[in-house]
Amino acid sequence: MGDDLFEIGGERLGSRLFTGTGKYGDDAVIPDVCAASGSEVITVALRRVDFQAATGNVMEHIPKTMRLLPNTSGARTADEAVRIARLAKAMGCGNWIKIEVIADNNHLLPDGYATVRATGILAAEGFVVLPYVNADLYVARDLVSAGAAAVMPLGAPIGTNRGLQTKEMIRILIEEIDLPIIVDAGLGRPSHACEAMEMGADGVLVNTAIATAADPVSMARAFGEAVRAGRRGFLAGHGAQRLKADASSPLTGFLEGDGS
Amino acid sequence: MSFAEVMGAYTGMITSKALQERQRQDVIRALSKDRLGPEDLLALLSPAAGAMLEDLARRAAEITLRHFGRAVQLFTPLYVSDFCANRCVYCGFNADRNGPRRQLSLEEVRVEAERIAATGLRQVLVLTGDARPKAPPEFLEQVLAVLREFFPSLLLEVYALTQGEYARMIDAGAEGLVIYQETYDPEQYDRMHPSGPKRDYAFRLDAPERACHAGMRWVGLSALYGLGDWRTDAFCAALHARWLQDHFPGAEISLSLPRMRPHAAGWQPEQPVSDRDLTQILLAQRLFLPRAAITLSTRESPRLRENLLPLGVTRLSAGVSTSVGGHGADQSGTPQFEVADDRSVSEIAAMLREKGYQPVFKDWQPLDQVTP
Ligand code: SF4
Repeated sequence: MGDDLFEIGGERLGSRLFTGTGKYGDDAVIPDVCAASGSEVITVALRRVDFQAATGNVMEHIPKTMRLLPNTSGARTADEAVRIARLAKAMGCGNWIKIEVIADNNHLLPDGYATVRATGILAAEGFVVLPYVNADLYVARDLVSAGAAAVMPLGAPIGTNRGLQTKEMIRILIEEIDLPIIVDAGLGRPSHACEAMEMGADGVLVNTAIATAADPVSMARAFGEAVRAGRRGFLAGHGAQRLKADASSPLTGFLEGDGS
Repeated sequence: MSFAEVMGAYTGMITSKALQERQRQDVIRALSKDRLGPEDLLALLSPAAGAMLEDLARRAAEITLRHFGRAVQLFTPLYVSDFCANRCVYCGFNADRNGPRRQLSLEEVRVEAERIAATGLRQVLVLTGDARPKAPPEFLEQVLAVLREFFPSLLLEVYALTQGEYARMIDAGAEGLVIYQETYDPEQYDRMHPSGPKRDYAFRLDAPERACHAGMRWVGLSALYGLGDWRTDAFCAALHARWLQDHFPGAEISLSLPRMRPHAAGWQPEQPVSDRDLTQILLAQRLFLPRAAITLSTRESPRLRENLLPLGVTRLSAGVSTSVGGHGADQSGTPQFEVADDRSVSEIAAMLREKGYQPVFKDWQPLDQVTP
């Protein structure tokens, strides 16, 4: 797996685990989480970044080696997402942006239409756009046309830790969409991340499960290992799966040699 | 259909009899569900659930950690005027109160803002009494304009406005508002509000709805526990929040847990709410509304605030003065209520860090000044 690099927006990444910055009890743990997970990409909610504050800012804790993926959490419309993205760029956060447009605070499900619209506008402006969406083939195709750099379908509703509830839909995206598929939201355990990678996802983003673990650094390491194991399993090529066990006395055995 | 009509449909259900009848099994059933209905909420607020608080607490703690992590938003109230035309029997700003009244000049607002901003706080809740002629919407707009220079997030806790006025407040930079129904029991509401514009129960009840229609991002509501039967008021407040969530999914609807505190006018709650009762309100509302932010003010003691944190509280006020001008040099205003936790912002932040929580100062900013 040494040169199993993966590329987004022209950038080659060694790790397929993206991490987050939300929900930690102390942001000072972030460097250790990054190191333990091996992650190279970290998402940060622009809504929480206080560019005016000299200290006490999450940005202080993000290692310089990490690729910053600002997100538009808090945006309820495409327009708000676009404004947040531009703000991120203006504040020196680079040109990667994770689009989150959530107009339903009850379930925190992303608005696919608005996400496609924001993606189109920002991709045209030169952003590397990673949109967070439902695992929906039509939305994903529109995102491809809109110029997205990857598609980030949810595994389960955000913060639920329920794992790959949308597995079959994600499988379809992996088969049909010619962009990196990064499973985002809902992955609660390393085994969930491993399963997503075994299925052929290109990467996963994990925040809540690491940030709210009793030992975030250890959990980060576990996710890093799980993602590598899953990826290795996928690359190794799974043995063909069979629906039933091979019956030692086949039920149709009587047909063998029946020449009459 | 407005929430007022929904309330009507529950009139029979929210008698204390209905609450008394809930059994242990009803509570267990409610605890096993992901999305709780009004019946479950009743069960969680019943005396039966009162005997099972530990079970409620375990679930509430788990849900809170999952949805909010270990982040706690800090803010402080900023009292800009204590003139009031109402005679709410429970309030230190009551129109019957003799003695000086104060309203900050815009220059004084700036002084207060500078002092508050220096503590690191980035969200401020602007409060006034209810004296429209004295502090009209135009005054609020001017206050917001001054504060915008200092704070990315501004919330209002003022008299009930019309939808058009809420829209104006948004344009002036308000992210949200807080408005308490005080008590959801209309008869008790009448008794508590003998005169003044606030007597209009229906206009107040509809205010969060008007704010949402106007496009307010963040709307906080509650009862003032201790005015009426707390179980019924906690039920109605949570139902109100759920109704707003369902009808305005884009708005963030949050709850508070204000409880009657001793105050200048000397009125004491008719139906006192114990620490245990307040804890039950928090737990029931957290389970019913897993994603709602829940605020606990400095009306409560440090000990209670710290112990309720893991059970569902996600917002704390800090560095609080409840009198007009309380952050500047001149402290001549009379407090609206006595503060039970007078720790500074840095002390509250240090307490949070020590307990493994992250104090969050900024969680949003207006986007209208971002260059297109
Ligand atoms: S509660 Fe509000 S309206 Fe009532 S007296 Fe106090 S300040 Fe005035």
